[in-house]
Amino acid sequence: MKDPVLEIRDLNVDYGLGDQAVHAVRDVSLTLHRGEVLGLAGESGSGKSTLAYGLTRLLPPPGVIRGGQVIYHPAAGPAYDVMALSHAELRAFRWAETSIVFQGAMNSLNPVYKVSTQLLDVIRAHEPRMPASARLARARELLRLVGIAADRMDSYPHQLSGGMRQRVMIGMALALEPQIVIMDEPTTALDVVMQRQILRQLIELRERLGFSVLFITHDLSLLVEFSDRIAIMYGGRIVEEAPAPALYRDSLHPYSDGLLHSFPALRGERRELTGIPGSPPDLRNMPTGCSFHPRCSKAFEPCPDRVPVLGHPRTPDGRTRTVACWLHPATG
Amino acid sequence: MTLATTDLNAITPDGPASDLIGRSKRTRLRFVANRKAATGLAVLGFFLLISVIGPWIAPYDPSKRSSDLIQPPSAAHWFGTTHLGQDVFSQVLVGTRSVIFVGFLAGAVATILSVLIGVTAGYLGGPADEGLSALSNVFLVIPALPLIIIITSTVEEAGDTVVALVIGLTSWAWNARVLRAQTLSLRRREYIEAARATGESTWRLILFEVLPNLTAIIASGFVGTVIFAVMSEITLAFIGISSTADWNWGTILFWAQSQQALAQGAWWWFVPAGLAIAILGTALSLVNFGIDEFVSPRLRSSGRTKIRTATGGTVRMRVGFTPVLATTARTIEARNGKEQS
Amino acid sequence: MKYLLQRIAFYLFTMWAAITLNFFIPRMIPGDPVQAMIARFQGQMSTQAVASLYVLFGLDKKQSIWADYRGYWIQLFHGDLGLSFTFFPAPVSQVLAQSLPWTVALVGVTTLLSFMIGTMLGVFAGWRRGSWVDGLLPATTFLSSIPYFWLGLIAIALLAGPGSFFPSSGGYDPGLVPAFDGYFIPSAIRHSLLPALTILVSSVSGWILSMRNMMVTVASEDYITVAHAKGLSEKRVMFGYAARNALLPNVSGFALALGFIVGGTLLVEIVFSYPGLGYQLFQAVGAKDYPLMQGIFLIITLSVLLANLLADVAYLALDPRTRKEG
Repeated sequence: MKDPVLEIRDLNVDYGLGDQAVHAVRDVSLTLHRGEVLGLAGESGSGKSTLAYGLTRLLPPPGVIRGGQVIYHPAAGPAYDVMALSHAELRAFRWAETSIVFQGAMNSLNPVYKVSTQLLDVIRAHEPRMPASARLARARELLRLVGIAADRMDSYPHQLSGGMRQRVMIGMALALEPQIVIMDEPTTALDVVMQRQILRQLIELRERLGFSVLFITHDLSLLVEFSDRIAIMYGGRIVEEAPAPALYRDSLHPYSDGLLHSFPALRGERRELTGIPGSPPDLRNMPTGCSFHPRCSKAFEPCPDRVPVLGHPRTPDGRTRTVACWLHPATG
Repeated sequence: MTLATTDLNAITPDGPASDLIGRSKRTRLRFVANRKAATGLAVLGFFLLISVIGPWIAPYDPSKRSSDLIQPPSAAHWFGTTHLGQDVFSQVLVGTRSVIFVGFLAGAVATILSVLIGVTAGYLGGPADEGLSALSNVFLVIPALPLIIIITSTVEEAGDTVVALVIGLTSWAWNARVLRAQTLSLRRREYIEAARATGESTWRLILFEVLPNLTAIIASGFVGTVIFAVMSEITLAFIGISSTADWNWGTILFWAQSQQALAQGAWWWFVPAGLAIAILGTALSLVNFGIDEFVSPRLRSSGRTKIRTATGGTVRMRVGFTPVLATTARTIEARNGKEQS
Repeated sequence: MKYLLQRIAFYLFTMWAAITLNFFIPRMIPGDPVQAMIARFQGQMSTQAVASLYVLFGLDKKQSIWADYRGYWIQLFHGDLGLSFTFFPAPVSQVLAQSLPWTVALVGVTTLLSFMIGTMLGVFAGWRRGSWVDGLLPATTFLSSIPYFWLGLIAIALLAGPGSFFPSSGGYDPGLVPAFDGYFIPSAIRHSLLPALTILVSSVSGWILSMRNMMVTVASEDYITVAHAKGLSEKRVMFGYAARNALLPNVSGFALALGFIVGGTLLVEIVFSYPGLGYQLFQAVGAKDYPLMQGIFLIITLSVLLANLLADVAYLALDPRTRKEG
């Protein structure tokens, strides 16, 4: 059993307050271990991005965190709950411990500053005593790390291509050698070749630098290829979590199965592409019981009434995976 | 002519007009439910009513002289009297019609021109766009009020209609510019492209697909021009360029200023007219805020920004720091002590 | 560079349009203002001055309109804007030279100040929604709906008057001679305070509002979230990331709005009898002094164009995207 670096416990994230609140993330518990790539997949609206923004407390209004803990284990020193940090502590925590590569690769960079300014200001914010020359050397090194020539330091974002900008963002994410890098659909805006090129580079960097990655995408085939473990979200809940090969080989939740059949895999045997009938649930008006049951071809008697609990299934590899489905009721 | 298109965001801060498209009737009603818009419309309605019935309910003929010279407000003269014994209250009531007339006529003229020029430029593109854009930009940078003053002064005894036309003909450029940019972005929308591909005529497209989606912007432009027109008309009357035979709020101020009302301490002579202008202007601005917030809901002053947490403290909703409603103990060694090694 | 050249070309074009407009407007005046003029200054006008007036008004029947137009341009290039009726026989250019510095000092400085103060307040209003600056908005909306000149009247009634620190009219104490010395400058500043305050109070609201709205819009941009995620200080995110970007549309809005604002502020001069262009325009209108009116219109337009060009340069410096290499 590896060391956990981030433990999400019963996290609940809402949009809005009181009666009008939309529960976008419900009772999510998830553990990210040191050095692993944890994939998080789901359709749009499943709450996967809300989870990422919620655990870093970057969700814009009207988002609120209704409850739960996000326990972070620093490399040295006692663990603490990110949800309980003051604003100043949170600022110090951000990027130094957990950095993020965002979905909007194109708009993640401030258009009016040079790349160097944006690399340097994050280093200065966290390492105010580092001499300027050392900061500059670090910024150059970061660009080299992601394969960008140092003479691009003085470029403005609009002078870079989409792929280059995303590389800059990845380099920036590594600026303070964080333990965790969250990637929220980091490559959706890029073409398939560029996507894989950048992801492969990232995996290499992880092996060299030893950070953990929480990789969020709707493209399950990418996760199967690049992550160690995969968690599937539906309607704000985790419905299945398993090692990537196990999930690919035999997914237990019908939704995971449906997702796997929505994308062509680049490697491995051919699968029939079927997709999932129906559309994602309306968060304001969630179905009773298992929220997937209206779309599920295998739904049976308990599904519309009772919410299945996430637990270990009675399969041979049951101890290494969890699922929330009445087809595979949890063991005690 | 390259333009900095970014400034358009100032008017439609959400950039693309996607928010404008496909509004249901229910959301139209919500515009009236907007508190700012409702207040503005109510006050505007009041002034419209006065503009119609003002001359009938005015207690005196506004030009009629009497022996009560420069009297402070009293039961007989609510807003006092002028140096000729004229009733200021009646002057304000009667003058409302001219103010509203000029404001709305100029607004209508400018709006029609801006729609014609802006939408045409944005829709047709190419050299037609270049030419029309250049024209609007010229009118935009030439200082409007001095131009209006010069033009009006060449007309002997300019009446309300002339003043309204001059203002309308010189103040369409801003709206035309906004409409052009918005049309440009609409034209690239899929459903417009699709309609064009099926061979619908240009004018049908503009009339039934483009214009309905510009309603909010056109309305906001109209209201903006009315504000400007009212201010300009009053200014022209105040400096004595337009005809002083008709009563409007500016004429009152013109006489007050030329008869040294200030030096005589006759505050009632110029305070009511000025306040009326300010209230009308505020009402129109409120209507425009309502339209802005209707178009981009993000601009609304958020109702509740402070939230009570489970522990009884308050946190503020703000970008970058999501509030946490229920937090647990800060340190958690008790449960995770073993993992600290 | 290409951007700036395009802008300059546009301003030259606008200048041409304004001058041409100025050439045609007096041709619409009914009657013969020059004859009225000559009658008023019986015999005191040189034949040369009369001829120049005829060209200016296009009443020289012997010439075609084209020859007229050419003559008008030639006069302009010699700085000849005709003779003022009110200050006869002073040439219009001389009257303008006297009034322009006053207006530039008053309107120019206060407009810039108002833009800066309003933008600053707008940054706070937009950044912290629901804070006290946000609460200020209704009040400033009301203030901005008041015509400048009326606010000036009220300011005089309430704050100026005998024995008050604020003089109610003029640009300097009557006994003084304009010069850069320890007597004149303080007096000029004291006289400009109240008009400046009037302009400031009624024009600042627009800038607060537009900057607030831009801040609200920019706050939801991805790079702001990234800036927060980077753990940058509040100040850095607010100014370096949000305000820095929100400023761009506000600066180009400033350039475009100048034409509107300057017109309104000129009228403040009338109320305060401030010896600038606005007050001269008022007097020229009263005296039907067409050459002076046109001269003032021309000089105001040129100043606004120049200010626009400066705003463009500022924009160019602020937005790297307009600075294309090559």
